[in-house]
Amino acid sequence: MSRIIPFRQALREAMQEEMRRDDSIFLMGEEVAQYNGAYKVSQGMLDEFGERRVIDTPIAELGFAAIAVGASSNGTRPIVEFMTWNFAVLALDQILNHAAKMVSMSGGQFSCPIVFRGPNGSAGQLGAQHSQAFESWYANIPGLKVISVSNPYDAKGLLKSAIRDNDPVVFMESEVMYGDEGEVPEEEYLIPIGKARIAREGNDVTIVSFNKMMKVALGAAEELAKEGISAEVIDLRTIRPLDWETIVNSVKKTNRLVIVEEQWPFASVSSEISYRVQKEAFDYLDAPIRRITSADTNMHYAPNLVAAYLPDVPRTVKLVKEVMYLVK
Amino acid sequence: MQTPFGKETYLYWYEIMLLLRRFEEKTGQLYGMQKIRGFCHLYIGQEAVAAGTMTAIRDDDNMITAYRDHGLAIAKGMSPKECMAELYGKATGCTKGKGGSMHFFSKEKRFFGGHGIVGGQIGLGAGIAFADMYHNNDRVTVCYFGDGAARQGLLHETFNMAMLWNLPVIFVCENNYYAMGTSIERTSKTLDIYRLADAYDMPADSVDGMSCEEVHKAMERAVRRAREKGGPTFLEVKTYRYRGHSMSDPAKYRTKEEVEEYKDKDPINQVLKTIMDNKWATEAEIEAINEKVRQEVEESVQFAEESPWPDDSELYKDIYVDENYPYITD
Ligand SMILES: Cc1ncc(C[n+]2csc(CCOP(=O)(O)OP(=O)(O)O)c2C)c(N)n1
Ligand SMILES: [Mg+2]
Repeated sequence: MSRIIPFRQALREAMQEEMRRDDSIFLMGEEVAQYNGAYKVSQGMLDEFGERRVIDTPIAELGFAAIAVGASSNGTRPIVEFMTWNFAVLALDQILNHAAKMVSMSGGQFSCPIVFRGPNGSAGQLGAQHSQAFESWYANIPGLKVISVSNPYDAKGLLKSAIRDNDPVVFMESEVMYGDEGEVPEEEYLIPIGKARIAREGNDVTIVSFNKMMKVALGAAEELAKEGISAEVIDLRTIRPLDWETIVNSVKKTNRLVIVEEQWPFASVSSEISYRVQKEAFDYLDAPIRRITSADTNMHYAPNLVAAYLPDVPRTVKLVKEVMYLVK
Repeated sequence: MQTPFGKETYLYWYEIMLLLRRFEEKTGQLYGMQKIRGFCHLYIGQEAVAAGTMTAIRDDDNMITAYRDHGLAIAKGMSPKECMAELYGKATGCTKGKGGSMHFFSKEKRFFGGHGIVGGQIGLGAGIAFADMYHNNDRVTVCYFGDGAARQGLLHETFNMAMLWNLPVIFVCENNYYAMGTSIERTSKTLDIYRLADAYDMPADSVDGMSCEEVHKAMERAVRRAREKGGPTFLEVKTYRYRGHSMSDPAKYRTKEEVEEYKDKDPINQVLKTIMDNKWATEAEIEAINEKVRQEVEESVQFAEESPWPDDSELYKDIYVDENYPYITD
């Protein structure tokens, strides 16, 4: 049996179900308890689990991340909610220098089974400090796993896997998707970390994306279909480890690849994919791999500058036509 | 009523606070009409902090604050027009439509910005003061942050170095009792935020932030100390925001009575009462000020409405000072 539920509820159910089965899991972050979450993801969780396990923090990202990382090395499994990933930058030291290195530095004696989660990327006219997408930053770090989800079904199944995972997992959502609704089974399910999903099958071109840019990728595929172009759309879901086999297999079929992401272009997820695909499928490519990223700039406030900054459907459609040599 | 401040001071306080109040009431309306977007945090209720500061500092002193920046920016001399245009995202805004509500800046008015990462400006404020000390001039820097921001670790690192290096900076915690939905009791055992200075031997005071007089007096002492190379001061200014944290916050975490209690101490009413009690202005003169403010706000809206959007090419401008930077564009 399936129901249609919002994204935020799918995330909440994942946390609730895991917390019911394992007492060592707790949720910590700004406004997660009494306020029921800045974006209402943790609504009702304080009532169910009490103050021991649903914990409001001061605005002190470095401090509470450190406390959670320390706790994770000593028998607990924290879920740390960052109000947005922009603010997690204050805690990067703990994620990069401590959580990601605990297993290595201790020669395998200590580990950090911890999930850092929260909304990532832009969410309207929020200006330069509140609009950043960080997947490629964290995906660069050995010792971390990085998940970035685009729909309620994946969100629930992958968050449950992330919570059960014995290594630190960075889990990225989106402010503008919390209200999105989607089908989620009643019964329990898990989605394995490290597996991409073919969101739409096609033969002429492969479009790879993740998180809310999946809307652009699928929107472009829809537009292209009207013109008789069949695009295969892949949702990465996990960024690290990257499921490059699914991408390569698709490219072997379509011979063309376009990547749509909200990262900045330099050393981005698309850079990594492009390297891998040219190495593994060089002979299959009929056109250069192309991509649309966020602009190589900070995001400005004005509405037209936000639109100019972000990937969109028309530019994706145009790029696909370019790799198909239908337009110059 | 005896007061050490004269007619001019009170009339200035009245007019500037009324301007901030009316400007932001308008801002709230325009936000509802979606003329203004993004995160938008109103200063309504906290105006005495801005007014009391302004009569205690010099025009060439520096100011820096968080995202709740409209009030301090306008008090510091930025025009309602450039501020309203910024809220709209227009090319004529104080940052050309680049920053929006949270990021007002004016180099001319020595307003070093509205900053969106909670607490970040605590260190920046000390750095601005460092530069003035370095150049051996006598400007001071007033650095504002919230009660929530006071729990960031950067405060401690900054307080320590500001004392160590004797920086001409005044740290002002605008304690409005809430950080979003979280009251101060729920995030610290130390409710007297000014006592955080004790660990660094920094002079500190707790100040009634609903009173222009009290803010002015505390600020004047702190400014004198900083200007005379006596180092930093920490002021915890107790104030209150009448509205929610931002436009999307219904503020269910506090009672109507609590809000009313503060509105009873409204700084604009207090100042107006002193003016009338002392017969420093007639009803007609007050009405003239009200009308002037009303017009100024109206004109700012008209200016914003009529201003152009930034050109799309602005996307690749103001990222670097270097105008020939080779951006990646594909
Ligand atoms: C580092 C960081 N963490 C979290 C946030 C989200 N946030 C924005 S304002 C705010 C509350 C700040 O409260 P306070 O410092 O008391 O200032 P006030 O809003 O009351 O003026 C929070 C948690 C942020 N902008 N930056
Ligand atoms: Mg506050």
